[in-house]
Amino acid sequence: MSDRVLGGVGLTLAVFYAWAATIIPEPFASDAIGPDGFPMIIAVILGLSSLYFVLKPDPEPKWPSLNRLAEIGFAVLIMFGYAEVLPVFGFVFATIIITAYLTWRLGARPLTAILNGVGTSVGLFVLFELIFGLSLADGPLGF
Amino acid sequence: MDTFVSLYDGFSIALTWQNLLLAFLGCFLGTMMGALPGLGPANGVAILIPLAFTFGLGAVPALILLTSVYYGAMYGGRISSILLNIPGDEPAMMTCLDGYPMAKAGRAGEALALSGIASFVGAFFATWGLVFLAPQLVKIALLFGPAEYFVLFTLAFATLGGIAAANQAKSAFAAALGIGIAMIGVDTQTGVQRFTFGEVHLYDGIDFLIAIVGLFALSEVFIFLEHRSSRGEKKEEPKMQIGRLTPSWKLLRYCTPAMIRSTVVGFLAGVLPGAGASLGSFLAYSVEKQVSDPRSETFGKGDPRGVAAPEAGNNAASGGALVPMLALGVPGSGTTAVLLAVLLTLNIQPGPLLFQNNPDVVWGLIAALFIANFMLLALNIPMVGIFTRVLLVPSHILMPIVAMIAFIGIYSITGSTFELKMMVFFGVLGWVLRKLDVPLVPIILGILLGNEMEVNLRRAMTISNGEWSALFGSWLAIILWTIAIVGFVLPIVLGRRVKKKMKQAEEEGALTD
Repeated sequence: MSDRVLGGVGLTLAVFYAWAATIIPEPFASDAIGPDGFPMIIAVILGLSSLYFVLKPDPEPKWPSLNRLAEIGFAVLIMFGYAEVLPVFGFVFATIIITAYLTWRLGARPLTAILNGVGTSVGLFVLFELIFGLSLADGPLGF
Repeated sequence: MDTFVSLYDGFSIALTWQNLLLAFLGCFLGTMMGALPGLGPANGVAILIPLAFTFGLGAVPALILLTSVYYGAMYGGRISSILLNIPGDEPAMMTCLDGYPMAKAGRAGEALALSGIASFVGAFFATWGLVFLAPQLVKIALLFGPAEYFVLFTLAFATLGGIAAANQAKSAFAAALGIGIAMIGVDTQTGVQRFTFGEVHLYDGIDFLIAIVGLFALSEVFIFLEHRSSRGEKKEEPKMQIGRLTPSWKLLRYCTPAMIRSTVVGFLAGVLPGAGASLGSFLAYSVEKQVSDPRSETFGKGDPRGVAAPEAGNNAASGGALVPMLALGVPGSGTTAVLLAVLLTLNIQPGPLLFQNNPDVVWGLIAALFIANFMLLALNIPMVGIFTRVLLVPSHILMPIVAMIAFIGIYSITGSTFELKMMVFFGVLGWVLRKLDVPLVPIILGILLGNEMEVNLRRAMTISNGEWSALFGSWLAIILWTIAIVGFVLPIVLGRRVKKKMKQAEEEGALTD
């Protein structure tokens, strides 16, 4: 079933891609194939291969349980949030929060998680910003 | 003779203090990455690429650092195979078969040292193979026109899954996905925008570093989250006695023929498009078993030749995989695809012209590989204890650090939070695709080579006034088409059998526990 869903998504993507290729603005001077020719070929390959696993799916993979899925979902949200707040809070604070969260969710005790958060964040800051001179995001306090 | 002069020049580039230091750092980090189960050479290089750039390294030093990581990771993969029976990466799988039984018999130190030496033999002679074979291949490649290049790229995609490919339809799907992503942005031929839908962030296309780091490094974090061990659970410790770390001359002599045979087999497997290190180690082990132990009385039960063969084989294959990558611009394995990304980011186009236009890059790199090999030998025999201790760091400490290094790398290159979100998106995509057995390497290769492939197709068509038959217009093109078709079809016919055999070998190994 999973492969059929993937094939369905792939087919939709192929159709969408082919359609998007047709609306590429026609340039003033073009070559024999033009900007839409090659994408069309790719859309066909995408479509045909997707069709193959709709018709002949592999054995079902082992999907995680709902709460494991939620775990990954939360991690993704936290990572998006990290990207959002990085320029606001600065590297050190934002990184402490996300590292501690990930450490905790990967199975550490809360105290270990916080310690790893602080250690990783400060350690990476010292290494990359102070020693190697990269510019990591600066927050209101300058770090 | 020219070759030796070039190589000498290469050494004069590689033997500066900065480059030596970078090679050492790369070897050390690479071995560590390789030793950790789950983080293979492709991940290792992927995570460190952005950092190499942010240090502002030039082309040669950056390449030296990252290829040292590559070689280091290939060396390191064997450590957890031998001590824990968990391969650090796929090519190290075969090393478990005899390495772990040896360790259980109290000969862990010997197995580690022997495999280190076998890795050295494989990689060292493969690097010589690279020195002699790559310039020859370049001579052929100089005859290539746009049509032949287009077919060559097609060949790269067709054979990428290798003989053990799980599902060729999925490889094709992945390649098309990657090439499709490469099309986003400005069309280099006409300058029109494609697939950007007016989104300013997409005007320059999607940077392949973001895709690579997301697909490889972040998806690994999600996999760990999915399988996280329950709280407080201790990691399996390599409790066993390491024992003596210097193998006896007698043992070395006993294993020398195995190392030589496996180096040849592995190197050939590496050079052939799409085979790669996993097949290199598998073939080396199988050949060795056929030759020296056909009735399987000692193999799989801790025969030292069964440790030496796959290690020489997989390291020779990684050297071999650099031949098509440097000479043709077509990577032979996943990790070389990642290394190709490094070259492209440094504005270096691999392929025959690289040997003419940037001989310093090619020969500096090759010299660095030789140096890295000696460093790795020196690191891996006496200091193997340090690397075994890496296995004790729990993944809940390690994986968040991996994730943060990925974020730092991308942020310091792009300075944009949009790109960070894009990387997370690729991480999720990588996780889903890995669950569905869709290979990630063709996606990367598609993003890397898609534009070049299209440019060559359009050039060929322009030259021939739109005649498609131009793609079959020369002997070279026809040969390449034939290899491509055979390479694509063969796994469909043979793939299941090879895959089954590899699995069987693995299970037999597990049974001897």
